[in-house]
Amino acid sequence: MKGLGTSPGVGIGKIFLYKEVKLEIKKNNVDDFNLELERFNKSIEKAKTEIDELYHITKKDVGEKEAEIFLAHKMMLEDPEFIKGVEEKIKGEKINAEWAVEETANAFISLFENIEDEYLKARAADLKDVSSRILRILLNKDSVDLLSIYEKSIIVAEDLTPSDTASMNKEMVVGLVTELGGRTSHTSIIARTLDIPAIAGIENIIDRVNHGDMIIIDGDSGEIILNPTEEELDFYREKLQREERLKEKLKDMVGKETKSKDGHKVELVGNIGTPSDIDKVLEKDGEGVGLFRSEFLYMDNDSLPTEDKQFEAYKEVAMKLQDKPLVIRTLDVGGDKEIPYLNLPKEMNPFLGYRAIRVGLDRPEILKTQLRAIYRASHYGNIKIMFPMISSIDELREAKSIAKEVRESLKEDNIPFSDKVEIGIMVEIPAVAVHAKAFAKEVDFFSIGTNDLIQYTLAVDRGNQNISNLYNQYHPAILRLIKMTIDGGHEEGIWVGMCGEVAGDKKLVPILLGMGLDEFSMSAGSILGARYIIRNTSKEEIKSHIDRVLNLSTATDVENYIDENILK
Amino acid sequence: MYREEVVLENKTGLHARPASMFVKEASTYKSDINLIKEDQKYNAKSIMGLLSMGAAKGDVLTIEAEGEDEKEAVNSLIEFIKNLKE
Repeated sequence: MKGLGTSPGVGIGKIFLYKEVKLEIKKNNVDDFNLELERFNKSIEKAKTEIDELYHITKKDVGEKEAEIFLAHKMMLEDPEFIKGVEEKIKGEKINAEWAVEETANAFISLFENIEDEYLKARAADLKDVSSRILRILLNKDSVDLLSIYEKSIIVAEDLTPSDTASMNKEMVVGLVTELGGRTSHTSIIARTLDIPAIAGIENIIDRVNHGDMIIIDGDSGEIILNPTEEELDFYREKLQREERLKEKLKDMVGKETKSKDGHKVELVGNIGTPSDIDKVLEKDGEGVGLFRSEFLYMDNDSLPTEDKQFEAYKEVAMKLQDKPLVIRTLDVGGDKEIPYLNLPKEMNPFLGYRAIRVGLDRPEILKTQLRAIYRASHYGNIKIMFPMISSIDELREAKSIAKEVRESLKEDNIPFSDKVEIGIMVEIPAVAVHAKAFAKEVDFFSIGTNDLIQYTLAVDRGNQNISNLYNQYHPAILRLIKMTIDGGHEEGIWVGMCGEVAGDKKLVPILLGMGLDEFSMSAGSILGARYIIRNTSKEEIKSHIDRVLNLSTATDVENYIDENILK
Repeated sequence: MYREEVVLENKTGLHARPASMFVKEASTYKSDINLIKEDQKYNAKSIMGLLSMGAAKGDVLTIEAEGEDEKEAVNSLIEFIKNLKE
């Protein structure tokens, strides 16, 4: 059987078949409705206590953001319309509390479900969760207790609610398989957060398996093996052990310096897209942020974000990082990133068109507002400014003179800012890499943006499926441009970083280290792996390979060379 | 009893996050507060009431309150709706 792997890793255990208990709700007429009202109120109180408990468990085990769902549940329990609806039904129709709860909740649920709105559909699910909790309490039924799972188990269910995932025994649950859901559904997100393998989207699985049978799941491939043979068990046990050893190794990397085997220190930092991403970077022991994409402030909005709104966002991240570096990239709009209210014209070649700094220089009021917000935030941390898509020195000078104007106006207004804010550029256009030394004379740092650098160098649209095989980071020409950028920067005494996917590429990290890259910026999940590689690589030894690598003919040659001579 | 009218101008209307923020704000007042849309009354302190009202951009709403802080409540909720961005 195969489904969609939504959280990686191997899980081996017994099936814990989790079927929702069908609560049978009957309609009864009652003489004394006061008794029913009292039962209802008591059940609400009990439900609140349970939810409070789940909130605290989740906050502790998973995180505050994931726990918020229970605050929403509580809000529903306290909702006057809902309470009133149930009470009026009990009184008006002289019926039992169970029936009144079921009917009232269902009315709201179908109301929410019938509106085309993701948010309301999610609230419908919340309300189902809440109302079945009340009904279970009223009927005096125990919940199927996921907390009491006492042996290594893989839960198989139609889907899991936040209440389920919060209460399950996280020590013993080694996998989740659900009929419903996708990569972004609640169960998948929690599984990834808790680092439990998960597979979603397997139709009717609850009718096809038995409680207690052995099962193997592979969250990488989405593969499921029921009642595995001894050989299969051996194979996957070994895979599981390898994974666990690697995890241990990576855990070991927390708190360690990012230093090569022969003692060269480099900076290992994270890429973020919103202020809340910073928590993940810090959790993975990132030493700062090498790329804060500022686009989120501009998207999902009807108009340009105000200076204050931007200032607050930058300040929040800067303060969390304390004195660790925070590189903020100015607005990189255009290309594949659209912001409707800017009314940018449709273009034949958007990636070669009106985008990023080109928009900023053409509409300086947008850039000025952003730079003012960034400089104001610099008072609260170690902020650096980075301009995207620079192709000529003229553009760079223009952008820098706008930055200077902004600093002067802040001085006039007596608004504090740091006078140590470094200004750098993304190196993502081949022209800049080729002419790096000249650019290096006028900036404080470079950050190589490999995603665009590859697409521009190889003339491959990175979104075009038909030619995606041509997009290749191991192309010797790409490695040469990277080397030219690093050398050009170092000749002028500035530091050179990289903030594209390549910075975390397992095969290329040693090469980049050998070339002398000073800063590696990547998504949080890759940080500890990169640290492990760097700590086990000797920079001087790799250096002696660089010339040979650059003289290879093809991308495949490069990959093979690295496999055979460097990773060994 | 104090009441005032307001037009919903933001994109989302009184859905999703704006709705739950509105309920939180309304719940800080002692008065009974209702939202009226097309002669239908909805309890302003109820997330379910607001969600089932389905108020969208361009709708005219009346906020009415009765109680010791009725004026304050209506004024601040009107202000809240005018300041909705998302």
